[in-house]
Amino acid sequence: MSSLTSSDAAIEVRDLAKRYRLGQAEVLHGSLRDAVADAAARALHLARGRRPPKREAIWALDHVTFDVGRGEVLGIVGRNGAGKTTLLKILSRITEPTHGEARIRGRVGSLLEVGTGFHGDLTGRENIFLNGAILGMRRREIQAKFDEIVAFADVERFIDTPVKRYSSGMYLRLAFAVAAHLEPEILIVDEVLAVGDAAFQRKCLGKMSEASGEGRTVLLVSHNMSAIMQLAKKCLWLDSGKVRALGAPNEIVTAYLSEGHVSEQPGFADLRGPAIRVGVPKQTQKEILFESVRLLDVGERTSGVFFEGEPMRIELGLRSNVRASRLEVLCKFSTLEGTLVFTLASGAMEVDIEPGAFALPVEIPRLPLRRGNYLIDLYMLTSLPQDDIRGAVEFEVAGPQGVVTDPRRVRDYLGVVDVEQSWGLPERVGESSPATITG
Amino acid sequence: MAVAYRDSSDIHVIRPAAHWVDLGAGELWRGRELLYFLTVRDLKVRYKQTFLGIVWAVLQPVMYMIVFTLFFGRLVGLYSPSQKYALLTLTGSVIWLFFANSVTLSSSSLVGSSNLITKVYFPRLLSASSPVFAGLVDLALSSGVMLVIMAGYDTFPTWRMVVAVPFLLLAIGAALGVGAWLAALNVKYRDVRFAVPFLLQLWLFASSVFYTFAALHLHNPWRTVYWLNPMAAVVEGWRWAWLGGPHPTYAEVGLGTLGGAVALVAGIVYFRRKEREFADIV
Repeated sequence: MSSLTSSDAAIEVRDLAKRYRLGQAEVLHGSLRDAVADAAARALHLARGRRPPKREAIWALDHVTFDVGRGEVLGIVGRNGAGKTTLLKILSRITEPTHGEARIRGRVGSLLEVGTGFHGDLTGRENIFLNGAILGMRRREIQAKFDEIVAFADVERFIDTPVKRYSSGMYLRLAFAVAAHLEPEILIVDEVLAVGDAAFQRKCLGKMSEASGEGRTVLLVSHNMSAIMQLAKKCLWLDSGKVRALGAPNEIVTAYLSEGHVSEQPGFADLRGPAIRVGVPKQTQKEILFESVRLLDVGERTSGVFFEGEPMRIELGLRSNVRASRLEVLCKFSTLEGTLVFTLASGAMEVDIEPGAFALPVEIPRLPLRRGNYLIDLYMLTSLPQDDIRGAVEFEVAGPQGVVTDPRRVRDYLGVVDVEQSWGLPERVGESSPATITG
Repeated sequence: MAVAYRDSSDIHVIRPAAHWVDLGAGELWRGRELLYFLTVRDLKVRYKQTFLGIVWAVLQPVMYMIVFTLFFGRLVGLYSPSQKYALLTLTGSVIWLFFANSVTLSSSSLVGSSNLITKVYFPRLLSASSPVFAGLVDLALSSGVMLVIMAGYDTFPTWRMVVAVPFLLLAIGAALGVGAWLAALNVKYRDVRFAVPFLLQLWLFASSVFYTFAALHLHNPWRTVYWLNPMAAVVEGWRWAWLGGPHPTYAEVGLGTLGGAVALVAGIVYFRRKEREFADIV
């Protein structure tokens, strides 16, 4: 145990670590038979006088130490698998650390997902009470805030309708409204801003800055850098489970963005690592997974840089453990700040997939993006969600060669999307010549 | 979201758990409102999109009664009509089905709410126990119908029916313990899903639902083993409370209570020990 003296800290994290065993997913998701087979294999090794092969382990969170002051808003950034969600889950008591400790002063509210525990068959009213109770609100508290919640969500007319009949927008609004009316001293928020339309996101942001204005301590994980810079007073950069840097949001975000999501080979990402899927929603089946993504330029070369208007070819490497007859894949293009620009959607494809590896290409004849850096999120479903990888690969769009400009400034003038267009020449309108009076 | 399961003033320390088991009774007590809402949810959702709806709660024991009466009562000729074999099986089925349905639903509760478990903290035991409490509502309904059918046979309960309460408590305890144990096991080994129906079928035969203990002519040590099954005491005791006739001795009920207490404590201890890994593996 370490000496903990700073009394104004709301959260003190000391040497906190979480280890996941590789192969754990297979063994633990499997059946008793697999576990027995595994144990038998280990016993066999022992019987032969050899040490059983050690199960590999990864530190999803690798001995992290930091403090969060009372009333402080801490933004947490880092690429996929950096340990952000693991950290939030430990602080929310959802999962246990393997090592170290965290001291928390005050009531914690964690919002790792909007609408946790909502049940489609229950009405809006019933869900408000159930969801509120799950989030830790007292019944009296919920009753007192009920009208406010309903008004905030703008669902008065449908409050006694089962929520499965709601539009997705109404559903999100109601779910967020319940969460927004919690009054914890410490609020933990993960990527909530990634869902919903712009108006909804603004509402979320507003509510969160309100929370910090009231002196609540907020921990915020986001890929949305402008939200981090707008809200956070301090920023934590996690990299491979370790603290890379801790400091002023401007400096950290700039450093984080300038480093980019460096991979060994630009334009290619290996998606097989388990760390990449630490934050992937649990309801995904993981029967068919992305294994790799490769970006190819016009010359069929793997590339991380494309020129405006150039063709782009994306090759997805997939691996299936099952047979499937239906497949749908989405590639979502967003800016590093987290704005979704466009989505390539395959639609539901009739396929005949056997277990094994396969490749899926998709081509964009003309990349409609302005200069800047972009991320591609990958999402795949059969009749059930299969895989979901945020920020699977990053690429850069370069402007005409020779013209050096800061891409972020270009964006302010030109926006993000490069629309095909054709302009005419100026022509005089109206009478072709001044009227002449002949007498 | 918010963890209201502790005071706002205290300091909470998160660290790898020690090996001893904290039953977390205080936390469970503070989660009672959540238990209520989860139970209400289970009740409202259970018969959604079914044609017969709540009738299922009543239909099951009645069907048991009819089938058992036809097969064992007539075919095998075990019982003379005067013993009202139909009522023996009906009363037994009512309490047995409460137990069996509770255990079945409880065993799949954690896996069924994996989305909840990976996203929010709450005492997980509430999730495994809400099906048992929701089952009490079904039990009340089927008991009502049981009384009606009894009246049809010209049989009416006496003051003795208050004895049904302690036996019901024993059934609740056994269902909570066994349900929690299976629910925790199910998180890791999905074999449980296949094993539960089979286990309950065997257990049905080991509890005197469609026969009476007296008809078995068991001798020690099997007699003792038989009564260690809490559901044996529950079924015999519950039946006696409503119908009279032969009743289990104090020693026999004591054995069943011992069995039930062991199931309850062992189930909850196992659950609490495994609870911390649920979010990682469910």
